[in-house]
Amino acid sequence: MSIVQTLINGEQGLFKPKTLTPMQKLTLRFVVVGLVYFGFAVIEGMIMRVYEVRPIPFIKSKQFFAIMTAHPLVGIFGSSYAIVFGAFLFLVPFLMKKPLWSFKLAAWTFWLGAVGTFVFWSAGFVSHYAPLYTLYWPLPADFSQFSALGGAVFILGIALVMLGAVFFVINIFKTITYTPQGWDRQPAGALLASALGWTGLTNLFRKKKTEHLVPLPVAAVARGTVDVAFNSGIILFTGVLILVYMVGSLMGFDLKKTAIDALLYKNWFWWGLDLVADGLVLIFVAGTWYLLATMIAGKALFMQNIARAALLVELVVSWTVWSHHLLSDQAQPALLKVVSGEMVTAFELITQGLAFFITLATLWSARPLKMSNELKFLLGGLLGFALGVPAGIIQADVGLNRILHNTQWVVGPHVHVAVLVGLSMTLYAAIYFLFPILTNGAKLYSQKLANIHFWAQLVGGVGMGAFMGMAGLKGMLRRTIYANGEFNVYMILAALCGGLLLLGFLCFFLNIVMSVGLKGVLGIFGKSALDQDRLLPAEK
Amino acid sequence: MVDSTVVLFGQTLAYTLYCVAMILVVGWVAWRLTKPGKGGGVKPAVFFTFVAFLTVLGVSLHLITLKTIPWVEPDLHRASVQVDRVFRIRVANHEFRLPADRLVIRVGEKVRFEVASDDLTYGFGVFRPNHTMVFQMQVVPGHLNDVIWQFPKPGLYTIRSTEYSGPAGAHMILENAIEVIDAR
Repeated sequence: MSIVQTLINGEQGLFKPKTLTPMQKLTLRFVVVGLVYFGFAVIEGMIMRVYEVRPIPFIKSKQFFAIMTAHPLVGIFGSSYAIVFGAFLFLVPFLMKKPLWSFKLAAWTFWLGAVGTFVFWSAGFVSHYAPLYTLYWPLPADFSQFSALGGAVFILGIALVMLGAVFFVINIFKTITYTPQGWDRQPAGALLASALGWTGLTNLFRKKKTEHLVPLPVAAVARGTVDVAFNSGIILFTGVLILVYMVGSLMGFDLKKTAIDALLYKNWFWWGLDLVADGLVLIFVAGTWYLLATMIAGKALFMQNIARAALLVELVVSWTVWSHHLLSDQAQPALLKVVSGEMVTAFELITQGLAFFITLATLWSARPLKMSNELKFLLGGLLGFALGVPAGIIQADVGLNRILHNTQWVVGPHVHVAVLVGLSMTLYAAIYFLFPILTNGAKLYSQKLANIHFWAQLVGGVGMGAFMGMAGLKGMLRRTIYANGEFNVYMILAALCGGLLLLGFLCFFLNIVMSVGLKGVLGIFGKSALDQDRLLPAEK
Repeated sequence: MVDSTVVLFGQTLAYTLYCVAMILVVGWVAWRLTKPGKGGGVKPAVFFTFVAFLTVLGVSLHLITLKTIPWVEPDLHRASVQVDRVFRIRVANHEFRLPADRLVIRVGEKVRFEVASDDLTYGFGVFRPNHTMVFQMQVVPGHLNDVIWQFPKPGLYTIRSTEYSGPAGAHMILENAIEVIDAR
C-alpha cells in the first residue's frame, strides 16, 4: 500500500467506520476534537514561548494576553475535558456492563464542549478579552481595558462548556444507578453508596463486609464527577455574575464593582477552580492509572480497599485545599492559610503518593511485562505527577510562597509538568489502550512514530517545566512580558523543549490519521446504522 | 534576617536531588518490569512503610519551614509585631504611588509595607538588580495588604507588580525605588 493510499484508507485498510457502534463513534469524536484542541493549546503555547524570548512584532501585547487567557481553558475544557468525558462515557457503561443512560445527552455534551470552546476561543481572538482564567475581581468587569461585548461572548462560550459538563455529570450518575429496560430492578441507593465511597467507609467498622457493587475505576470516575458538578456550578454562577456587569455596561449602566468583595470572590472562585486542579484531575487520573494497571497486568489491584479509601479522602481533601492559592493574600486569615493552604494540601502528597505506589506495585506483581505503548505512557504519566505534585506542595508553604508565588516556578515544574507529562501521558496511555477497542481492531501505522511521540512528550514536558522553574527561581514572573531578554537563556531552552512537544504531538496526530485514514476520520462523523444501546458491535 | 536567596538555594538543591532520584526510580522500575520476577508481589510492609514516610514528610515539611525560614512567624502574627518603619503605598490606574521618590531603609530595620489598591488586584514585589525576587504579596482592593521585611544587605531594589491586572500591568515597574543603606 502506498503512502497516499494509506493516508486515504488507513493502515492496511483495517479501519471500517461502518462497523462502529454509535457509542464508539461518539467516543472517537470526543477524542478527535480533544486532540484538535490540544493542537490549539500546543501552538498557542509555542507562540507564548517564542514571545517570552522576544516579543513578536505583529502580535500586540493585548493579543498575547488574550492567547494566555485562552490557552489553559482550551487545554483544560477543549482538550482534556473532551478526551476524559468521551473515555468515561464509554468506560462507565463498559465496566458496569450496561448501556449508557442517555446517548442523546452524551451527544449534547460533545457538541456543547466543542462549540463552546470554539466560541470562547474565537471571542478572545477577535476581541482580545483577557482577564486570564483566574478572573480576579474586578478585572473581568474592567471595561476600560476589555470590550464588554467580547467578554459576554467569551463567557457564553464557557457557559456552554459547563452546561455540557453538567449533562456529563447527570449521565454518569444515572448510568451507574438506573435500571435498563427489561432488567431486574437495580439497587440504586447501594450503587450510589458504593460509587461515592460510603460502602467502603462503613466497611471499615463492620465485621461482615458489604460487597462493592461498582468496580474501582467507576468509583474513581463517580468521585471525580462530584467535583466536576461543583466546579461547573461555581463557574456557571461566576459567569452569570460577570455577565450581569457586562450587560449592564452594554446598556449604559456602570454597576458598582465594590458591591463584590475582591477577597471573598477570590476565595469563592479558587474553591471552585481548585476542584479541577486538585480534585477531579487527581481523582480521574488515579482511577485511570488503576484501570490501566489492572488491564495491563491482568491482575487485581494491589491494596484495593486502601485505594478506594484514598479516593474518598482525595475527594474530601479537594474541597478544603483552595487556600494554598491565597497564601500571599495578606487579608486571608492565617488559620485558613495554615490549615487549608498548608496542612490539608499536604495530604495530596499522601493520596497521590499512594496511587503512584499502588499502580507500580500492581504492575510489579505481573512481571515480565511487554513495554507496550500504554505501559510506557502510563509510566511517563506516573513520573509526571511524581515530579509535579511535590513542586506544588513546595509552593503551598507560607514561607516559600513568599518568594515563589506568581513566578514561572508555579507554571513550570508544577502546572506544566503535571499537565503535559502527568495528565497528558496518562490520557495518551488510555488512548493507546482504547484504540483497538474503539476502532474494532485497526492497526497503528508506525511504532517508530509512537516512540518519537513518547520521548518528545517526556523530554519536552520535563525539560520545559525544568527551564521555566529555573527562571522562576531566578525571579521571572508568570503572566507578564520581559522585553529586554532578561531570562533569555532559560526561555530559549524552554522554547526548544516546547518545540519537542510540538514534534511529539505532530508525530502522534500523523500516526493516528495514517492508522485510520482520512476516509476513516470523516467516517467517524457519519451516522451509525447500529443499535445505540450496544457499546461494541460484538462481544469482545 | 537571612537573605531569601539562601532559602531559594536550599529549595533548588532539595528539589533537584528529589527529581533526579525519582527519574532514576521510575526508570529502574520500567527496566525491571520487562524482566521476569521471582513471583509474588510487593509485601504489605513495604507499602505501609511508604505510607508512614509520606505522612511524616507531608506533616514535617511545613513545620521545618516554620522554624527555619525567618519571615514565616512574624508574617503569621503581623498585627502584633513592632516595626521600625512603615511605608504606606497606594496603587491605582496601574501606577504605584510611593510616599517619597525613593524609600530609604537601613539594613536590619523591620519595615512594614502597607499597600492599598483603589481599583484592581495587583501585586507588590521587590526585586534585586539581577531580577531575582526578594519577596512579594498580593494587593487586593478593599483590604489591608501588609508585609514585614528586614533587608540584610545594602543596595538598590526595584518594585514591580507581581499580579496580572490586564495588559497594562506589565509596565508597573519602579526601578531603584528602594534604597537600603548600611546600618552605621
